[in-house]
Amino acid sequence: MSSSPSLNTWSDALSGFSIGWFPLGLVIVAVIPLVFIALYALTYGVYGERKISAFMQDRLGPMEVGFWGILQTLADILKLLQKEDIVPTAADKFLFVIGPGILFVGSFLAFAVLPFGPAFIGADLNVGLFYAVGIVAIEVVGILAAGWGSNNKWALYGAVRSVAQIVSYEIPASIALLCAAMLAGTLSMQQITVMQTGPGGFMHWFLFNNPIAWLPFLIYFISSLAETNRAPFDIPEAESELVAGYFTEYSGMKFAVIFLAEYGSMFMVSAVLAVAFLGGWASPLPNIGGLHLNDMTSGPAWGAFWIIMKGFFFIFVQMWLRWTLPRLRVDQLMYLCWKVLTPFALIAFVLTAVWEIYR
Amino acid sequence: MEEAANQMSPAVRESKTAYDNIKERFGEAISEFDANPTMPFFEVLDASRWVDIALYMRDNSLLQFNYMACLSGVDYPDEGKVGIVCNLENIGKYTHKLAVKVKCQRDGGSIPSVSCVWHTANWHEREAYDMYGMVFEGHPDLRRILCPEDWTGFPLRKDYQVQETYHGIKVPY
Amino acid sequence: MQELGKAESNSTRIIRQDDKRVIIEKDLDTEYMVLSMGPQHPSTHGVLRLECITDGEVVVEAEPYLGYLHRCFEKYCENVDYPAIVPYTDRMDYLAGMNSELAYCITVEKLLDIEIPRRVEFIRVIVSELNRIASHLVAIGTYAIDLGAFTPFLFCFRDREHIMSLLEWISGARMLYNYIWIGGLAYDVPADFKKRVAEFIAYFKPKVVELYKLLTENEIFVKRTYDIGIMPADVAINYGWSGPMLRGSGVKWDLRRNDPYSIYPELDFDVPVPDGKFSVVGDCLSRHLVRALEIDESLKIISQCLDKMPEEPNFNSRAVIPKRIRPKAGEVYGRAENPRGELGYYIVSDGKSTKPVRCKARSSCFVNLSAMKDLSKGQLIPDLVAIIGSIDIVLGEVDR
Repeated sequence: MSSSPSLNTWSDALSGFSIGWFPLGLVIVAVIPLVFIALYALTYGVYGERKISAFMQDRLGPMEVGFWGILQTLADILKLLQKEDIVPTAADKFLFVIGPGILFVGSFLAFAVLPFGPAFIGADLNVGLFYAVGIVAIEVVGILAAGWGSNNKWALYGAVRSVAQIVSYEIPASIALLCAAMLAGTLSMQQITVMQTGPGGFMHWFLFNNPIAWLPFLIYFISSLAETNRAPFDIPEAESELVAGYFTEYSGMKFAVIFLAEYGSMFMVSAVLAVAFLGGWASPLPNIGGLHLNDMTSGPAWGAFWIIMKGFFFIFVQMWLRWTLPRLRVDQLMYLCWKVLTPFALIAFVLTAVWEIYR
Repeated sequence: MEEAANQMSPAVRESKTAYDNIKERFGEAISEFDANPTMPFFEVLDASRWVDIALYMRDNSLLQFNYMACLSGVDYPDEGKVGIVCNLENIGKYTHKLAVKVKCQRDGGSIPSVSCVWHTANWHEREAYDMYGMVFEGHPDLRRILCPEDWTGFPLRKDYQVQETYHGIKVPY
Repeated sequence: MQELGKAESNSTRIIRQDDKRVIIEKDLDTEYMVLSMGPQHPSTHGVLRLECITDGEVVVEAEPYLGYLHRCFEKYCENVDYPAIVPYTDRMDYLAGMNSELAYCITVEKLLDIEIPRRVEFIRVIVSELNRIASHLVAIGTYAIDLGAFTPFLFCFRDREHIMSLLEWISGARMLYNYIWIGGLAYDVPADFKKRVAEFIAYFKPKVVELYKLLTENEIFVKRTYDIGIMPADVAINYGWSGPMLRGSGVKWDLRRNDPYSIYPELDFDVPVPDGKFSVVGDCLSRHLVRALEIDESLKIISQCLDKMPEEPNFNSRAVIPKRIRPKAGEVYGRAENPRGELGYYIVSDGKSTKPVRCKARSSCFVNLSAMKDLSKGQLIPDLVAIIGSIDIVLGEVDR
């Protein structure tokens, strides 16, 4: 399936732009999301988490490095870079090293299909949504490699729990996303977003333009918390039970890479949620009479702004939950997945199908 | 005797009543009642009957010493003995309290374990063994509890000399 | 019996019994794994080590190992004078220093048989109840963090900080006070003391409600603690449990009521015991509830003390402290209600020396922890963490 040519003219033109033999435009298109995400994950994700948690807990958080501690994460990264790269003698060296790599690659590969605006998309695959779900699942391999390779009982527990959790929660998450795909009639991330644009702003979003989508929306949001190991489902890294879970033995830059992957996938699931149900880069503002708010706030730059804002909003909700709720127990987590979320996801699937037929 | 009983505070009089009950049952196996106001106690003279006494104290409907507040090891170098002091009382029904002393020979002596009577005694007896070195017969798991397993000597004995080195580490500083 | 997994050949059945213990039946050959939990582990509250034999996530048996923080308290006591022991008692239960001091001082005073000025008694009760609140805040906060809730922990520490500064203001130290002395106090309280304590109470009361809403009524928190680690009342008594642990099992036993000391008989307060409506009597949630409710009771006690405390200008808090403390020969077992239970001291004096011949500390945590082996059988690892947290141990007191 090819995407709408009018929307992609700008990015096509950019992709075609080259200096001599060097395809500069293509590099820019590919690099912009990645550079942005890397920067975001490195600084604002971690910094935001620390500040948000601090404000929720009546603290100030980092205040020393830079204005209001804005350079704190940079200082942390510098520190982590300088640290000795330790591989425990008893560890399986190959798995131990490759674990964080797979995690990182898995979480960042998904950004390729994420539409950052009408013009910015790494690869507009016709199976984009499917690809995003699938590639994130690679993380499981990385977690298992890290946990097993550490040769540490706590890490092994963490890895086993994590794999069980992520594999289980893939099911309700995928079914919920499938509902969005049905509403759109396509798996292309760009097309799904285009389906939700219009002069009515947020009125065209799947969440608001039909009576069923709130159910898969909630299911996907809950499952995405579990998939990214965020509280209240942070059982794989439950620090009071398993010390640090699968990355107990990691330190220095390897730890930073795992950390980065976690924040990367946090943004990824939030962005997928935004694309599937909240119109991706579409502006929420409607055209009211003569006031063309929607038209004024649409375009490549605005698109990137909206999807990032939507992503940030869900990251904020994730953090909010994390700093409020205690952690579930393993069996309660599985109960929630198999006996609550999965049946409801199937119900949502059927309802969506019925809606699609009879609307 | 009557006068002495009248001088006792109500708390001690309660203990005395409980003591009389035990004395009636066990006779010569236990000593006279020590009616001091701070901690009235009696001593078990025949240590081999200590578990019987303990069970009687716990299960007799008039005594019901179901709560062991404390079990402390004590060293009596003058008598050549080490012993334990148990502070017993009842939760729920009565307000009486009574302390019981059991002693044994300093070297190689043993006291029957009452950890089957009160679970509290389990760790406290381990601690007393750790610090004083008396053996508790019938204890399910008599190991050192606070000191390392390979520590030499029993630290709270009055004649304890600390070992010079422990795994190559100088101990006295 | 609730079967969690289906039985087939070559398979594993995980069965949760009626008493919430998990047993595993299987036709496969598997091995137990020995898991050493601690001494460096985030949820063992210090340097406790549990040697767990685990079958997957299920703890078959957990054996506690102690002594990593053993500082020879009892040996030291035999070598220093009676008043010099007071600072050491602070270091046992370092979260409730005032209560430890109070227990020790009333024990020696019992042996000395001296009368304490009323104002001193009131100040002692106020500071020890303040310290009880501080200690319960740490207990509740760390319990929250054991179960994965981080924010209540910091809320608790924020409020505890106010108590710490109050106590620092009157004694000069934040945790290890050496404030309550045998026969008196180190100093009288500062002039504005009553006002500032009243301010604190006014500030703190809404925060207790907030904490209650944030943590105790949280669905997930209740799910994690409800019906976990049940200890029946008779077994709890047999284990020698005391304090919130025993009350959590439904036994209304508080030394402030049942073996009154100081001015507690004059004060009006309840002894909270779970009624079995919100929690199962004896489970982790009951023990948490008792602590949460005790904070309210302590606040009540402090308000009453502030009203009743006699004002005496130029009060000398050291007036009746004996010049030389040498009790007559004898032995005494004295105790007080510590935040964690009964803290008792068994002291033997020979009547000649200014040092005790024997000073044994009956630590509440030590006794409460001894039930760990029994409680941990057949629990999942997350439940094990919940149980350790509900016991609320301070290793300084366990190991002494």
